[in-house]
Amino acid sequence: MEKTINQKAWFLVLPVLVLVAFSAVIPLMTVVNYSVQDTFGQNQFFWAGLEWFDEMLHSERMWDALGRQLMFSAIILTIQIPLGVFVALNMPKSGFWSSFCLVVMSLPLLIPWNVVGTIWQIFGRVDIGLLGYSLDALGISYNYTQNTFAAWVTIIIMDVWHWTSLVALLAFAGLKSIPDAYYQAAKIDQASRWAIFRYIELPKMMGVLMIAILLRFMDSFMIYTEPFVVTGGGPGNATTLLSIDLVKMALGQFDLGPAAAFSIMYYLVILLISWVFYTVMINLDKREG
Amino acid sequence: MAKITLDNLAHAYYPNPKSEDDFALKELNHVWSDGEAYALLGSSGCGKSTLLNIISGLLHPSQGRILFDDKDVTQSSTADRNIAQVFQFPVVYDTMTVRANLAFPLKNRGADPQYIAQRVQQIGAMIGMEAELDKRARGLTADAKQKISLGRGMVREDVNALLFDEPLTVIDPHMKWELRTQLKSLHHEFGHTMIYVTHDQTEALTFADKVVVMFDGRVVQIGTPEELFDKPQHTFVGYFIGSPGMNVIPATISGNNAVVHGIDVPLANGYGALEGKTEIGVRPEFVTLTQGDGLPVKVRRVEDVGRHKIVRAELFGNDINILANEDQSISPDMTHITFDTSRVNVYVNDWLKSGEVA
Repeated sequence: MEKTINQKAWFLVLPVLVLVAFSAVIPLMTVVNYSVQDTFGQNQFFWAGLEWFDEMLHSERMWDALGRQLMFSAIILTIQIPLGVFVALNMPKSGFWSSFCLVVMSLPLLIPWNVVGTIWQIFGRVDIGLLGYSLDALGISYNYTQNTFAAWVTIIIMDVWHWTSLVALLAFAGLKSIPDAYYQAAKIDQASRWAIFRYIELPKMMGVLMIAILLRFMDSFMIYTEPFVVTGGGPGNATTLLSIDLVKMALGQFDLGPAAAFSIMYYLVILLISWVFYTVMINLDKREG
Repeated sequence: MAKITLDNLAHAYYPNPKSEDDFALKELNHVWSDGEAYALLGSSGCGKSTLLNIISGLLHPSQGRILFDDKDVTQSSTADRNIAQVFQFPVVYDTMTVRANLAFPLKNRGADPQYIAQRVQQIGAMIGMEAELDKRARGLTADAKQKISLGRGMVREDVNALLFDEPLTVIDPHMKWELRTQLKSLHHEFGHTMIYVTHDQTEALTFADKVVVMFDGRVVQIGTPEELFDKPQHTFVGYFIGSPGMNVIPATISGNNAVVHGIDVPLANGYGALEGKTEIGVRPEFVTLTQGDGLPVKVRRVEDVGRHKIVRAELFGNDINILANEDQSISPDMTHITFDTSRVNVYVNDWLKSGEVA
């Protein structure tokens, strides 16, 4: 059959183009635009080249925030992934209690970030919060507004509370897809509980776990609302993570140029890490097949 | 190695079974002799896998006892029963090498490493995978994986019994023969009690000393291949074994005479007057086409399958199959059939009735 040439078909992709342009391309380009200019007010801009990028790369403040951010992501991943897998392994596999667990575990996932922050902010307060008050009454010094360690512990526990369910649900889905015959064969082979986990469950869960790690990494790397509501980045700069710092710089100090350069590098880092994850995952899949 | 006794055994998948229909496996008493090779034959859903899983301890029966030799193992775990089982679909440990897969059951039981190495090599040779021993199991084809599963089942020498749950389903035909032959030679060599579940009669008849035919949760006949062929205890056995299966024709029986639609068919034995659903069963091998004697049939199709011809015909509206020799010509005037009288079996409510010699 001969191909009919009809350029009008382009109009069909137009809505998508417009949508993507307004939702992503134009805002991103605005940021790019800011990152290479300087302004002294009155809406007058001057060409600055890569100056802001250079400044940001040598800014101790940004490296510190990046360090805190990596530490935060690393800690929550090392807690949430094993904990999520552990929860999934111990959940009832079927029946009423299985559904019950699934529903209960999904609940934290449905709560808006802001509300999660507020819940923990109040929960941890020494004067009226259940947790803060109880710890204080037990004589344990706990005050997330003054003590760095307490602040970190609070935001980490909050994130674990909020997101471990996601890992558990994904791991549970992975576990459910393992045919019974594998467990039966393992019984016949007299495999220990650990061997069953190591040689059957873990390899079969690998795919979903990679997705869980990727999702949790990206999400934690971009986290803003919850720690901001609880600690506001404090005490001092102790919990000022990348996006909190970015907002401070862009909206607090109105340093549009450096903030834009910061944003772009932030974006590139996430893109890079996601790409690495994706490549690793695809390779794992290939080896599987 | 052990003699396995099933005592009063039955199983239902739901709690509180009431009628007999609730049981996936109906009450069963049977002794599997030590060192024999059995095939468990039946169509899908007849309870054969249920029975197998009960023997291996993966499933606990709703009632009855299982004895290995004379020890009650009903409550024992699979591990305590020391049984090997191979499943329908390949189960391999993906992240391990083929060698590690084969060694796994031995290692878990704490066998001597030197013995493991030597035994794994031996099994590797048996399943024809010596060259692939150090490959990862993950990337292999389905039939290679199933060979690993088989190998893992056979690697322990001291098992009480070897159970196979349709293990050759995913293996391609020429390899099927080879593996089945190897299983047989293994059986001769080590004398394990083997139970082999299948729905393929050829597989069952070539593999086993004794074939156990199951139908609707019940064992309908246990016998050698000859017994199943000559004297099927149940119409299902007659129909299921043989290619094509036995012809079952409704008939009224009186004495040593069967009447099919008003036409007399002589029987070898006397049966008196029988009540209930009475039928005669004749294998296609013992039906002969004639030019005028016997029952009228309408030939519809002749299939030449090489060694013989299968004649598909119609007898009073029912299908009937006739086996004719390869060199016998089938002419249009062959409109009747006769039976080899000594090979006509009589069934009452689907069960074989033995008559008295007249």
